[in-house]
Amino acid sequence: MAERRNDNKREPWRDPAAQAYIQIENVTKRFGDFVAVNNVSLRIYQHEIFCLLGGSGCGKTTLLRMLAGFEPPTSGRILIDGKDMADTPPYERPTNMMFQSYALFPHMTVAKNVSFGLEQEKLPKAEIAARVGEILDIVKMREFAGRKPHQLSGGQRQRVALARALARRPKLLLLDEPLGALDKKLREQTQFELINIQERLGVTFVVVTHDQEEAMTLASRIGVMNRGEIVQVGTPSEIYEFPGTRFVADFIGSVNMFEGQLIEDLPDRVRIRSAELGGVVYVDHGISAAPGSNVWAAIRPEKINISRTAPADVAENCVSGVVKEIAYMGDLSIYLVRIGSGKMVRVTLPNVERLSDDERILWDENVFLSWHSSSPVVLSQ
Amino acid sequence: MSRHMLPRPSARLLSGRLGPWWELFYRFGPPRWTIYMRHNWAGKRLVISLPYLWLLLFFLAPFIIVFKMSFSEVRLAMPPYAPLWQWVTEKAIDVHLNFGNYLFLLTDGLYLSSYLYSLKVAAISTVFCLLIAYPMAYAMARSSPATRNLYLMLIILPFWTSFLLRVYAWIGLLKNNGVINNVLMALGVIDEPITMMQTDFAVFIGIVYSYLPFMILPLYSNLEKHDFTLLEAAADLGAGPITSFLRVTLPLSIPGIIAGSLLVFIPAVGEYVIPSLLGSTDQLMIGRVLSDEFFANRDWPVASAVAIAMLLLLMVPIMLFQHFQARELAGAK
Repeated sequence: MAERRNDNKREPWRDPAAQAYIQIENVTKRFGDFVAVNNVSLRIYQHEIFCLLGGSGCGKTTLLRMLAGFEPPTSGRILIDGKDMADTPPYERPTNMMFQSYALFPHMTVAKNVSFGLEQEKLPKAEIAARVGEILDIVKMREFAGRKPHQLSGGQRQRVALARALARRPKLLLLDEPLGALDKKLREQTQFELINIQERLGVTFVVVTHDQEEAMTLASRIGVMNRGEIVQVGTPSEIYEFPGTRFVADFIGSVNMFEGQLIEDLPDRVRIRSAELGGVVYVDHGISAAPGSNVWAAIRPEKINISRTAPADVAENCVSGVVKEIAYMGDLSIYLVRIGSGKMVRVTLPNVERLSDDERILWDENVFLSWHSSSPVVLSQ
Repeated sequence: MSRHMLPRPSARLLSGRLGPWWELFYRFGPPRWTIYMRHNWAGKRLVISLPYLWLLLFFLAPFIIVFKMSFSEVRLAMPPYAPLWQWVTEKAIDVHLNFGNYLFLLTDGLYLSSYLYSLKVAAISTVFCLLIAYPMAYAMARSSPATRNLYLMLIILPFWTSFLLRVYAWIGLLKNNGVINNVLMALGVIDEPITMMQTDFAVFIGIVYSYLPFMILPLYSNLEKHDFTLLEAAADLGAGPITSFLRVTLPLSIPGIIAGSLLVFIPAVGEYVIPSLLGSTDQLMIGRVLSDEFFANRDWPVASAVAIAMLLLLMVPIMLFQHFQARELAGAK
């Protein structure tokens, strides 16, 4: 999938000439004194799956509801397909929404729920029936067409909600925590189905979620939100590998953070002395921060090597410690290692081979942690 | 752990830790009588049977008496009707069933027209109640919880005054030299008073006013439970406010509409006080006919037949009510 997305057509945000489908310009939303969305500007392109990711109360749902037209922005503009949406009520927007609670009409059958939107377009009966059948086939719910929502399971309701939102063939589909109510297995399976449907129908998706795994799987780009602001926008790998702030680094996945001072700052390499680490972090790429200033080196747990024997170069990017906790997760194991300064460092190792207890690193062993100089990310805020 | 959240006695016992001395009582499980009470509590049957007993005594028994009376004949005596059966000899019983009272209801135009008039008045009043109550209930359900309670209070408030007083108050408003006519004449809108008393109009006003809360409250309790996101979903799917109302809110509020309409319609059919005080004497409602038959005419058997016929007439909407209520309960699962 990565290769397919690697051209400008798949990544329109890299193309300065590309026309954004949704333009959110300096949008602010206040509820009384509370600022739910604070001066957000975003450009979302056609055929994207854009995920708004953030904790609860970060304003992501409010932003989505403003796109749907349920909340007017306090200030700023929202343009969809080049048209200002300020005076367009929800029922005239080219968007459809899949609600977190699904909001299926309880007094209508599955088929009636799905055809509701089509009936508003005053289509001929035969065409409505054909399109309802077609969309129910896509979500594999045709045999349940005659059921009422309360006769369906959670996963089935979710499919009906998706079918209902897709039935009008919207250019833009807004999804509010679409998979929140599903269990883990079903959620993973549905994520891929969602991507398939999106690619098949060529719809633009804007997805709101608090689940980083969901965002990583679905998104072409992720917008991380915190306290009403967009903190960082990027592809899942950009967000994960090159977080821009400590908040993003910490929010997406887990990370080991070492505070320190810049002692060498060259365009192609950086050295950071960290008391927290008790050593020097050497990074083979430049950063933009003043020499001597406080920075943080962020290292992902899976990028740290753990070994009984000392690596060749112990002066830099290396620290020794004692294994304090081991969590066996099946596919990988998590080690918590206490280093000299007392800080706990998290390391994950994939369980590639079946090892006997003698070969495995166990509790209270002295170990060396080391990492490649490309692994740390230096953050100044 | 607080003393109120004691762990299961067995777990406590296994852990081997000693608690306060009174825990000894819990060590081997709760006392047996509490288990017995939980499973075979005789009080459950008692609690259920009490209201049934009440209904049996004060509803079914009088009904049987009235039902029996409706097959009897008038006579000038105390009580003013003939017994249904008599012992002729020690072994033979003479039963007198008189269907004449019911036949009389059908042949005398007064009764039929009174029934039809009552149904008409009740139906029209119900429709007006619904038209007024629906927007009120909807606005209440959509307002904030604090104002909601205020509105509820305002609706229940008139019940603190006697029903009779409130109907008399309407006389003061509606009569020829009443408040409304005087104000309108003082303003120069009309030259001579409009006759409102002793008209159908006054009866409608009285019934709609008195029964409005019985329409608002069930409607409100229904509308208040509606999920507002359903309306957002309808709007999102391209339905304007009117379509959203007709296709989502209205169908979902049908149980409330039915409950409210029956709560207004059923008592309005048998309404006695309001038409007597506000209505004309040309056309009587069945409640008035019934009372005249009992007290003025002293024809208890015919009066009983009128009552039974009215009951049968109302059975249909009551059973409809039951049916819809059962359906709603089944749908709510």
